[in-house]
Amino acid sequence: MSWKRTADVVVIGAGVQGCSIAYNLAKMGVKDIVVLEKGTICSGSTGRCGAGIRAQWGTEMNCRFGLAAVEKFEQLHEELGMDCGLNQSGYLMVAYKDSEFEQLQKSMKLQNSLGINTRVVTYDEAKEICPGLAAEDAVGFTFHDRDGHADPFLTTFAYMEAAKRLGVKFLRFTEATDVKTVAGRVAGIVSSRGDIDAPVVVNAAGGYSQFISKMAGVEIPNFSERHEILITEPVEPGVCPPMLMSFSGNYYIQQRPHGSIIGGCSPEGHPQDYELGNSWDFLEMMSRTFVRLLPRTKGVRVVRQWSGLYNMTPDRQPVLCEADNVKGFFLSCGYSGHGFMFGPISGELLAQLILGQEPWIPIGMLHYSRFERGELLIEPAVV
Amino acid sequence: MAGKNEDIIICRCEEVTLGEIREWIEKGYETFDELKRVLRVGMGPCQGRGCREMILREISAKTKVSVADIHPGTFRPPAKPVKLAVLAKGGDK
Repeated sequence: MSWKRTADVVVIGAGVQGCSIAYNLAKMGVKDIVVLEKGTICSGSTGRCGAGIRAQWGTEMNCRFGLAAVEKFEQLHEELGMDCGLNQSGYLMVAYKDSEFEQLQKSMKLQNSLGINTRVVTYDEAKEICPGLAAEDAVGFTFHDRDGHADPFLTTFAYMEAAKRLGVKFLRFTEATDVKTVAGRVAGIVSSRGDIDAPVVVNAAGGYSQFISKMAGVEIPNFSERHEILITEPVEPGVCPPMLMSFSGNYYIQQRPHGSIIGGCSPEGHPQDYELGNSWDFLEMMSRTFVRLLPRTKGVRVVRQWSGLYNMTPDRQPVLCEADNVKGFFLSCGYSGHGFMFGPISGELLAQLILGQEPWIPIGMLHYSRFERGELLIEPAVV
Repeated sequence: MAGKNEDIIICRCEEVTLGEIREWIEKGYETFDELKRVLRVGMGPCQGRGCREMILREISAKTKVSVADIHPGTFRPPAKPVKLAVLAKGGDK
């Protein structure tokens, strides 16, 4: 294939964000879109994530994104023509401290006011929802039955295949090495395989997005943190159907319909070294959490552990905007561990912004200028 | 490429057939890791010990790159499945 020197839009990164943005732009009529990926499709944070989808959030923006994303996922198979592995068995939030339970209930009131039917459940109800649960030390639970998870690989591939059918080009093993700007406007990119001139460039580079921003002369305070995760062999379903999640307990655990059980937690020391390694400490800590919380898993075997990058912002809410000082340079990053679940909605909203339309959920407050102004709206509900 | 071998199961852990593997290679999923993501080959308890070599040969047949030059995909710990209760007991620091 000969090298393509121009495009209408270049998207950097083929995770769920990049693929969703490209698909939504193509669906809205943009003809000439190229997606660059330095590795293989879905090889970054999307493919490494915990796969959860939830509307149980603590800020209005995240609640609205969460609910809209759940609604998108519910019809994604039909829209994209490929099964995305959606499984809505709910998120069961577990509080171990009174203050934590108060926060969950405060968030629940906000969620209820936005049409998210989260409810408080008793320990007995919690055990009906999650038969293997042992949480005598918990003080309270909330549950939302439309939460759940989808397959991050299949979702991303479904977006890519649908985008390809609309004419989008995907270039694997092609790393963006510079972003060209002229007089306050983006002019294109330089890559490991050649230049592409384009009036619109989208930074969807996940854990590496701060480097891409810097190439364009945009300084954002994003940083990347390594988080670890493990998966067990498949066992009979019913061990842990909902996503069990606790902020003070520091865990999320869920059994896939396929039978394997996924679990992760927030790392000690919050490593920011871009190393995607695995630690014995995580394996031991996470295994202790499993057997304490779900005693029936003690004989279940771990088959794999891995890690991925959370692209964090100071308030744990995303950056979704056009750069102030570089017109035509758009950012979709800083999802702070929730980029996969927001992908279907953020891709649509950014495509609307790129085409000069009013995003149907207002995203003005997701501009990175909020950090400079000190207008942080901190999301309390993050593991 | 259709033939009588298409129904043979190549990844026994995840029950993926030769036909499915060829179909996705044909669609451009030409690395082991991409096939793993879309079909779950190599994600089961044996972690690719049974299927990896056969899949690399299929990729080689399509791409005309020698097996020795094809990236074998990522290997992740633990080396063999270990029970959660054993891991939870910890080891010597």
